[in-house]
Amino acid sequence: MFGLEGATGISGALLVIGVVLLEAIILYVGYGLLERVVGPTVIDAIGGK
Amino acid sequence: MMELFGVSVALLALFAGFGVLIGLLFGFFGMGGSFLVTPALMVMGYNTDVAVASGLAFVFATSVIATLKHRDLGQVDYKLGVLMIAGTTGGIEVGKIGLHYLQSIGQADTVVSVIYVLLLGGIGAFITYTAVKGGDGGGLSPDHDEADGEINADDIPDIAKKIQSYRVPPMMKLRGGIQVSLWMILLVAFATGLLSGFLGVGGGFIRMPALFYLIGVPVPIAVGTDLFEIVFSGGIGSFLYAMDGAVNLSIVVPLLAGSAGGARIGAAATSLVDEDEIKVYFGVMLLLGAIAVALRKIGNFMDIPVLQTVSLVVILGAATLVAGAVVVSSVRALRAESDSTTSVTH
Repeated sequence: MFGLEGATGISGALLVIGVVLLEAIILYVGYGLLERVVGPTVIDAIGGK
Repeated sequence: MMELFGVSVALLALFAGFGVLIGLLFGFFGMGGSFLVTPALMVMGYNTDVAVASGLAFVFATSVIATLKHRDLGQVDYKLGVLMIAGTTGGIEVGKIGLHYLQSIGQADTVVSVIYVLLLGGIGAFITYTAVKGGDGGGLSPDHDEADGEINADDIPDIAKKIQSYRVPPMMKLRGGIQVSLWMILLVAFATGLLSGFLGVGGGFIRMPALFYLIGVPVPIAVGTDLFEIVFSGGIGSFLYAMDGAVNLSIVVPLLAGSAGGARIGAAATSLVDEDEIKVYFGVMLLLGAIAVALRKIGNFMDIPVLQTVSLVVILGAATLVAGAVVVSSVRALRAESDSTTSVTH
């Protein structure tokens, strides 16, 4: 995936773990915003309001 | 077959869905998700090194997200975390020496399997028992409301009170207003590291209960601090495997996308659901996990491959059941809340 299948050694490992870390931070910020924006609406919908 | 970034969309969806399930459990209980990933990947046919490496990279990323969340809520004790890392590292090294010795006499697999099953089953039985009994410190679910306050003396388990009573200097003041001897913290960290190194597991399911039941750290801080430690252990572990090219991003990326979403739902559910009710399910899930590990080991030992699949079905079935129970109980709680608000306004 992302052309990193053959990434090995220190630089390859840094790249792979860097991608994982970057995704984690993007997801943290992204889902946080999503929760803030649509969270109350979803909770109201589930609660039947 | 449709592809995205050179990977089948169906496979990405499968991992994302699996991630939601794991994330939900992780978000609700603060532990218990990672031990599902590696066995599942192995049964799916991935090589052991790829399964272990991808599982570790997933655990690393999940713990980064969860630690950031717990940091925002003031639930990470960095001082305790650093001490735990020091003690755990020493314990892991000694555990590995013990494991190598057992390997040299050809007993490693049997001894490790038996200890793993007993430990998983024992913790499962203990959590179920305390949840049913409804006492002894209120159990393991993270209650976010009590994170910043001082812990109530009644909420500290008896074993932790005993450990806190050994006032061997230097004494460390921890979040939650508790004081514990530095040596006791290092001892507990060393013991959990020993088991971790011996069993070859990350150790969240050992360390988190140990922080609560042995040191007396409030559950939310125990969860946050444990996650902080996993950032380091998972990061170093996955980096070492990644140097050999064993981390498979087509597994980790969708798994993480699903679990980060599931973890949000799980964390939100903690404020809605009756903890004791769900803790029983969680304890039973650990017990079923112990049975699944036992089945897998028996399958390996007696060369019965179908037991591998049965083992996976048992553990995934149990996880789905518990995750489903969390969702159903949350929806019910929300509906009940909504009904009571409506009847008050009329």
